[in-house]
Amino acid sequence: MSLKKTRDLDMKRRQFCKTTINFGLGAGAYFAFGAGINAFAAATPEQGSPFDLVAIKGSEPDLMFCRAIKSLGGMKHFVKPNRTVVVKPNIGWDVPPERGGNTNPALVQEIIRQCLDAGAKDVYVFDHTCDKWSNCYANSGIERAVKDAGGKMVPGNAEKYYQNVNVPGGKTLTQAKVHELLLESDVFINVPILKNHGGAKLTMSMKNLMGVVWDRGFWHRNNLHQCIADFATFRKPDLNVVDAYHVMKKNGPRGVSTADLVTMKSQILSMDMVAADTAASKLFGMDPADVPYIGLAQQLGVGTMNLSKLNIDRIIL
Amino acid sequence: MKWKILKKARVIISLAFFSTIALVFLDLGSSTPEIASRFVLFFQFVPSLLKFLSISTLAASGFIAVIGLTLLFGRVYCSFLCPLGVLQDIIIFIRKKTGNIKFNTRRAHTKTRYGILITVVLIFFSGSIIGLTALDPYSNFGRMLTHLARPVVIETNNVLVFMLESINIYAVSPVGLKGIALFPLIFSIVILGVIVLMSLKDGRLYCNSICPVGTFLGFLSRFSLLKIRFKPSECIHCGACVRACKSHCMDMENQTIDFSRCVVCYNCLDKCPTSAVDYRWAFGKYEPSGLEDAGKRDFILQTGAFLLANRSSPLWAGSPIEIYKDSTVPVIQKAPVSPPGSLSLENFTNKCTACHLCVSACPTQVLQPSFLEYGLLGIMQPRMDYKASFCNYDCVVCSTVCPNGAIIKQDPEAKKLIQLGKAKFIEQNCVVYTHKTDCGACAEHCPTKAVRMVMNEDIEKPAPKIDESICVGCGACEFACPTKPHKSIYVESNPVHGVAQKPKEEKIKIKVDLKEDFPF
Repeated sequence: MSLKKTRDLDMKRRQFCKTTINFGLGAGAYFAFGAGINAFAAATPEQGSPFDLVAIKGSEPDLMFCRAIKSLGGMKHFVKPNRTVVVKPNIGWDVPPERGGNTNPALVQEIIRQCLDAGAKDVYVFDHTCDKWSNCYANSGIERAVKDAGGKMVPGNAEKYYQNVNVPGGKTLTQAKVHELLLESDVFINVPILKNHGGAKLTMSMKNLMGVVWDRGFWHRNNLHQCIADFATFRKPDLNVVDAYHVMKKNGPRGVSTADLVTMKSQILSMDMVAADTAASKLFGMDPADVPYIGLAQQLGVGTMNLSKLNIDRIIL
Repeated sequence: MKWKILKKARVIISLAFFSTIALVFLDLGSSTPEIASRFVLFFQFVPSLLKFLSISTLAASGFIAVIGLTLLFGRVYCSFLCPLGVLQDIIIFIRKKTGNIKFNTRRAHTKTRYGILITVVLIFFSGSIIGLTALDPYSNFGRMLTHLARPVVIETNNVLVFMLESINIYAVSPVGLKGIALFPLIFSIVILGVIVLMSLKDGRLYCNSICPVGTFLGFLSRFSLLKIRFKPSECIHCGACVRACKSHCMDMENQTIDFSRCVVCYNCLDKCPTSAVDYRWAFGKYEPSGLEDAGKRDFILQTGAFLLANRSSPLWAGSPIEIYKDSTVPVIQKAPVSPPGSLSLENFTNKCTACHLCVSACPTQVLQPSFLEYGLLGIMQPRMDYKASFCNYDCVVCSTVCPNGAIIKQDPEAKKLIQLGKAKFIEQNCVVYTHKTDCGACAEHCPTKAVRMVMNEDIEKPAPKIDESICVGCGACEFACPTKPHKSIYVESNPVHGVAQKPKEEKIKIKVDLKEDFPF
């Protein structure tokens, strides 16, 4: 695709994001659900959000985010002018976007754009990768996406970036070395991808936080699930966006080929990691009770697994 | 005037070779054009010769070119192409600038140099490369760059990163240094020390007493078509040529030159105030040549910045309390793992002179100098160190840089099926069995899913299971395994590299209905 064509398409999408979804598709969703279900209401930043969780499906990652964030009061609700933001996608593996090993770059790009539109001073993006970090950043397509959107890509490959902190709420994991950006930034947006995982069963919001610490070996040695739950008490993200567009159903978290994927074209947004992960496991087709860290985190008061008590905006585009 | 251009050409070409080779080793971003690195490495005598022995192609014919050049012009290799030779010239140049250094006429160390050459050749034919590993000038230069210069470059880079980040610029990235290999470090310091001392005091003495390549090419240069010779009728016996000769091979009294020691630097031609020193057909007649002044050339020298550690200090001392109990069964690896493309331990250890270019170039730093893993005679030859890192599934960098043919160039797709070794599991060490807790770090990192977590009904936990047929021996599982002090999974070397099967792809049969309600 030529550069001009890409740009045109980009412009159209942004335009689409600003206007169409608000009215046209919003109405579509309304009619699709019928009058009995929560009437579509784009909350304003001042009002805050009537919803605890937004589940959306049926469109492209960036467009779904555009629509879903409106239900939570828009990005302005999370990012006030002149604040610094850290966005933490999953960039763990040296694989291209179509392999579904890393968070969708278009989604990351849209989040950064909206943060900057909301007046953010700086938007930083990093991950403590598993494969060679520079390869992961480049080949995931995320580095390019971040730079194009005006964000800053920060390395996570050196111990010097990580500061010792106490995890007062933790049972087993009581100390950790955490990336300085997580400690310094005003707003923390967690953008995991939903995947099968050999050790943790599923990776989503809480598991994604393993990428903000230095010593992961400690977690693996000392009861992985408890450590994941423990660290979830440390700094709760202001917003979690679970990318479930290409979902790796097996051979996770790295995956062997695109044959491991199912295209679910979905996304889940919530301020509550436990709720987001509960909903994401159900979406994946796994009982949340079979993912031990979700229950353990609920016990530690990180959030709730009881989705029936939450006000959920379900959007099918 | 014609001599002036010769020396100028020598200085320019030699510095181009020297700096390109230095760049190939020191470039932290792997941005050196491949064509440039291939060109300069093509002419390195010993690597090219060894490469020719494994793959007799045009790309490995650099040593033939060097022999040809030597038979035409004398030992131009030593002054133009050899980075260790150029390093000595730089040291001599600095010495000249800071004090007065004058050379004189000396006898050749014939017994020493031929003794060393014959020893190295005999050792090689008896099946060991150790003589070349120790004395090949290019490999020694490579090790100096890898173990002395590169750490300085890396630390300088990291200081720069630190300063830029303090003003919120993340344009430069830090580079980690996975440990320091003590033996190659000491060896490089010793060789560098010998070279610095010899060159400061005696010019190119190293090249004419120790270096086996120098001795061999010196032998060939007896038959060179072009030689430097005295023209007795023009000589005013001023001694300028003798004082300028780094090889001590000009005998003004007898008007003879020991051309086997001459490194063809053209300094004598440049310095001779008359035209008594001449570069001409060894078998031809005199041709009058013009008079010229000696020109001075400046070298641009790069000085290394000082080394500075920039690790952040923890806010407080103490480490987290582990509930984990140490693993008990030591890992005993039968043989070291050689890099992908090296075909077999035999091929690798017979061809590698431990220049450590692959060590410098390896993006994940899994290639580390060995100590005694390959045996005493394979000392310093690189091995896959899965404690330090693991081999990137899509990477073929080591096979593209190796100038020796010890690692043969691989197509990225073919490399994905090279089996360096096979993963072995030690159940008694694994945290899933010893602590009954979930882990899966090995399976997580495995690029082919040769290691996967399979439900073990006895312990009611998913535990690692290995399918050796699709294992490529990349070491990702071993590197990621968190148990300590002993790992629970490790790679046992294939002495002859095998071929792994392609991982099976099974398409998931799930129908996704995008209009269906959410399951919550």
